[in-house]
Amino acid sequence: MPDKEQDLIDQQLQDLNNDGVDRRGFLKCMAWAGTGLVWTMSGGIPVSRAFAKGYGKNAGKAGDFSFVQISDSHIGFNKPANPDVTATLQTAINKINAMPHKPDFIIHTGDLSQLSKPSEFDTLDQVLKGASAKQIYFVPGEHDMLSDNGDQYLQRYGKGTKGNGWYSFDHKGVHFVGLVNVANLKAGGMGSLGHEQLEWFEDDLKGRSASTPIVVFAHIPLWTVYPDWGWGTDDSEQALSYVKRFGSVTVLNGHIHQIMQKVEGKVSFHTAMSTAFPQPAPGTAPSAGPMKVPADQLQKVLGITDVNYLVSGRSLAVVDSPLGESGSSASGNGGGLGGS
Amino acid sequence: MNRKNAWIGGLAAPVMIAVVLLFVGSRSVAANDQPAAANTAVTIDNFVFGPQTITVPVGATVTWTNKDDNPHTTVSTEGVFKSKVMDTDEKFSHTFTKAGTYPYYCTIHPKMTGNIVVQ
Repeated sequence: MPDKEQDLIDQQLQDLNNDGVDRRGFLKCMAWAGTGLVWTMSGGIPVSRAFAKGYGKNAGKAGDFSFVQISDSHIGFNKPANPDVTATLQTAINKINAMPHKPDFIIHTGDLSQLSKPSEFDTLDQVLKGASAKQIYFVPGEHDMLSDNGDQYLQRYGKGTKGNGWYSFDHKGVHFVGLVNVANLKAGGMGSLGHEQLEWFEDDLKGRSASTPIVVFAHIPLWTVYPDWGWGTDDSEQALSYVKRFGSVTVLNGHIHQIMQKVEGKVSFHTAMSTAFPQPAPGTAPSAGPMKVPADQLQKVLGITDVNYLVSGRSLAVVDSPLGESGSSASGNGGGLGGS
Repeated sequence: MNRKNAWIGGLAAPVMIAVVLLFVGSRSVAANDQPAAANTAVTIDNFVFGPQTITVPVGATVTWTNKDDNPHTTVSTEGVFKSKVMDTDEKFSHTFTKAGTYPYYCTIHPKMTGNIVVQ
């Protein structure tokens, strides 16, 4: 691998956790962790595989399941950072369809569209129709709220939700909560949940056993990743106080178009790559926004997140994988990117 | 013919005087002696309204132009003006008829803020 590419990968990995652990140190730590996770390098991004008996053969205990998170498809975006976001979304769906263990459902953590246009939502729906996982859950991003109060989004994806589109559901013993932190944003602020939603959230969790695994998903990160760029939620502390008592909490977000992770007690935070375009690491560019990378690198910095729930450990393993390897074209439909 | 010319000639002077008075008058109507090239343009780029604060005379029309590769909005925090979504190269204008300070922000990226001072 040429030095320059290696440096880029090292820098990305260093930035991923922002804790000063470099790639070699990271791999040493993981070997020690003894958690039964095997890490491999795939396209320069560490990818974990749960090293559990029966994994991947759908032979796990009843109750084990997986789902996939995708995010920030930005259908309608057409600038140099990615002139064909529909094609890269298609690549992501193809990848999900090709997974050896079928996900029970897909969660889209927002910015479905670029400008909340009906044609953009229509195109998204067309592509998602081809997913073998038929159940798809959504939460809106700020780009989906651009028609009056997000009515386009709500009409299409908000059935059964409250307020600006929040809701919860249960799946095989895991409680899922979709929150909306992209509405009624205040000048100078970041993401915002608002009183009504916070009250609903507190009430929604009441009476649930602390051993219930909780998954919370919302568009903007529910922890402060980088306030200067609005990468955080002003009133997330309140929301997180409601989940403190639970034994396993996983928070899944998007918005920043790169992987960031943090663990705080029993709460694991994770942000996903976009299926459309990457953004710069915090503070490494004049602003956030679409970041152009060489065409043959694009598939490496876009990706999906596979989340595996193992009943035995009541834990969720979060596995990110890029859309493709360096220099190779996308497989299946929608190729034409990556080295062409 | 002569009568017409005389009539026109007779009018010319008072008309010219009236026009001059009009100009003189209108210049003194403006509250300040603003130079004709008061900046009334705000450029949006890299998630920033630039200049972040501009000062314009009463009656000025401010135009925001989005040069960013992200859509943005320009919305007054006091409800005075509200643009629809501006994609790249789109513009929004508002004419300020009252003196005052008008803070505004982008409702999509609320960390982006700006001020129009009208005096």
